[in-house]
Amino acid sequence: MSGALQYTAKRILLLVLTMILVSFLTFLAFELVSGDPARTMLGTEATEAQVSALRQELGLDRPFFTRYFSWLGGFFSGNLGVSYSYRQNVWDLIGSKLELSLLLSFISFLLIAVVSIPLGIYSYRFTGWFADWPRTTLNQLCMAVPPFFMGILVSWCFGIVLRLFTPGDFPGLRVNFAASLRHLFFGAICLSIPRIAMTVRMLRATVISEMNKAYVRTAISRGNDRKSVLLRHVLKNSMVSVVTFLGQTLAELVGAGIVVEQVLGIPGLGRFLVTSISHRDYPVVQAIVVLLAFWVVLSGTIADLVNQAIDPRLRITAGGGLT
Amino acid sequence: MKKRILALILVLALSVLPACGKTAEPVSTPETTAAPAEAATPAPTEAVLTGRAATNEINIGIAQDFDSLDPDTMTAAGTKEVMFNVFEGLVKPSSDGEIVPAVASDVVKSDDGLTYTFTLRQGVKFHNGNPVTMQDVVFSVERRWNSDDAAAILAALSVIDHLDHDDSTLTITLSEPSNEFLAAVMNAYILPADYDAQATAPVGTGPYKFVSRTVQDSLVLERFADYWGTPGKLDKVTFKILENAEGLVLGLQSGALDLVAHLSSDQTVQLNSDDFAIQEGSMNLVQALYLNNAEKPFDDVRVRQALCYAVDKQAVIDLAFDGYGIPLGTSMFPSFSKYYDDTLTDYYTLNVEKAKELLKEAGYPDGFEMTITVPSNYTPHVNTATVLVELLREIGVKATVQPVDWSTWLEEVYSNRNFQSTVTGLTSDNMTARKLLERFGSKVGNNFTNYSNKEYDEILSKALSETDDAAQTELYRSLERNLTENAANVYLQDMADLVAMRNGLEGLTFYPIYVLDVSTLSWAK
Repeated sequence: MSGALQYTAKRILLLVLTMILVSFLTFLAFELVSGDPARTMLGTEATEAQVSALRQELGLDRPFFTRYFSWLGGFFSGNLGVSYSYRQNVWDLIGSKLELSLLLSFISFLLIAVVSIPLGIYSYRFTGWFADWPRTTLNQLCMAVPPFFMGILVSWCFGIVLRLFTPGDFPGLRVNFAASLRHLFFGAICLSIPRIAMTVRMLRATVISEMNKAYVRTAISRGNDRKSVLLRHVLKNSMVSVVTFLGQTLAELVGAGIVVEQVLGIPGLGRFLVTSISHRDYPVVQAIVVLLAFWVVLSGTIADLVNQAIDPRLRITAGGGLT
Repeated sequence: MKKRILALILVLALSVLPACGKTAEPVSTPETTAAPAEAATPAPTEAVLTGRAATNEINIGIAQDFDSLDPDTMTAAGTKEVMFNVFEGLVKPSSDGEIVPAVASDVVKSDDGLTYTFTLRQGVKFHNGNPVTMQDVVFSVERRWNSDDAAAILAALSVIDHLDHDDSTLTITLSEPSNEFLAAVMNAYILPADYDAQATAPVGTGPYKFVSRTVQDSLVLERFADYWGTPGKLDKVTFKILENAEGLVLGLQSGALDLVAHLSSDQTVQLNSDDFAIQEGSMNLVQALYLNNAEKPFDDVRVRQALCYAVDKQAVIDLAFDGYGIPLGTSMFPSFSKYYDDTLTDYYTLNVEKAKELLKEAGYPDGFEMTITVPSNYTPHVNTATVLVELLREIGVKATVQPVDWSTWLEEVYSNRNFQSTVTGLTSDNMTARKLLERFGSKVGNNFTNYSNKEYDEILSKALSETDDAAQTELYRSLERNLTENAANVYLQDMADLVAMRNGLEGLTFYPIYVLDVSTLSWAK
């Protein structure tokens, strides 16, 4: 019991520390990289006097640490600040993007889990040159296709030719939920195909190596049939690394959506992050980066908990198993 | 326990697989079943077209998001381009480059050029239904004149000495005559005096009123029924933001968009000419290889001239722009017909021998190495730089392209002048030629090329204080000639503005400034 408490406390501490560290590093990165938000906003037409007046208005003339701590103070009191370029409250801007990105990630994750786990388990049977090369080729192809091309391919195939959705016309969850969901589903396909390929490959490799282990041979020689050994023992042992991998995937998905969001015209968080970085809209960037950090730590925690449920050995070392 | 979890995972994995197909199915059926169902029979774009044409609305694709919608804090050119339909000043630009009365019905300039009298137009209403009063007008002009807000003074009316007004006329007295004053008034939008929600719900007097905006996604405008002038033809205009070049093309092809401006030639060739018409206007900017005149070797006029002789403008236009674009020889483009001197365009023609000779004289018989810093998000400029590298190789100059992001470019190249050469486009946002020329004065803050020429400074100060329009025009023309003769920069072209419009749409009007007027657009009956 105290173990669980200790675990929770450590996780929360890790979460807070990660978020502070990440926010500080982001702040520092922007300090080091060239590009002045005021100049970026005003463009080439403004005079130096106008730029410095705007710098003052935005509080950019204050020293680095003053700015950071005032941001941090605002963050802990729930105030994320006002976007430089939109002049709107950051949280109001991010909220609807966050729900879209989460939904997109969730659908993608579901696709990955649902397609790759059975495929991975059963593909171990098909070995030998004749079965191998088409599978390996397809697998490599799916992994190698760059996301923007996958986005174009899916848009063209399902959007332009089959007309199952309209690329570039995302209706909005509150306007037309069904059509939005369909749009997101095709985004999720782009996102999940390379990851399905990776998961299948990994799971297959793990299952094969497990199947060659002594305990499997023993179990089969004792009269158990292959299938039940696979399902009862091998799978359980293979699951730990897969769950860890899926946890990482879950963490990646929100960030990975950037390109797909751009090509398919989904107004999500990733796209917003990229635009805000190029506009040097610090308050928005800070908020999104911290949210992503939160998401990454959370995904890791979820994977950890699932693994502990599957494998009791991990539960014993849970107190020290923070890494 | 263990078994149950295992079973659960398997059941989930196996049972959701077929179910997945089922969940996807109903998603693709409701409401818009028309698309997949009709896909077999008529051309699907036809169905989409009749849809929006029937409801008299269009979707326009925009390549970057809008910033603040409040005229006081709005700085992005792309936002001003669209909000032109929502806001108006006392005067506004016309498509042929004139400044015409808008919220004022009449403007009278005194003979000494010091007083302007504006008569408030009767019956002008704001989008919230309130009539425009003199109180609103005075508020709006004063905001641009003596505001503390940094962004608000961008369209500065600093030459104003004082205002006088009664219920129907506003008299503005200037401290000195200014030929640019009316252009500045044009940008001082008339706003309701007691309204502070412009950033989220802008209210103006233009032909279209603001309906809604979703950051990073869309902006919706609707026709303003009580507009004082020629009303808009379309009922509803939705601007869809797609920051990706492929996304814009896909949006047109899929039927999501009806019109996209500022396309590149390689985007337009992907469009089917049965569905789209491509219209060509000009971007009204001066694209050039801008040289840092203070940096070696560009501090030597012979080196700069050598580059001008080596660069074939038409080759740049043909190779990087498929032939779309108007060659330029100085810092002025043809839309400013009054100031534009066409004879300067071919001042330097391709002459490799002469270029090599000039380099030799300047002490670079074997050429030199140079860096072209380009803003990486502007593909046309990056492509231009790539072609320039090849052209300069002919005279032994080894150029390399260094792409940087826009913010870095603004800081390093534009503000700190820490660069050797760059490709960019300079423009004038207020219909006056002044901005294109004033920036090359040696003492001017935004003279990022460090061009320093005594004669130029003298003509410039004369030109800026000249009140007679004809004399000023003459002075501006000699400034242009000075820039060309001294090869201040390698002037290239006024880039083409390619607009794709779905067939059936008509009435697109090009302006000499960067605006997209939706009030003249309509679907053919």
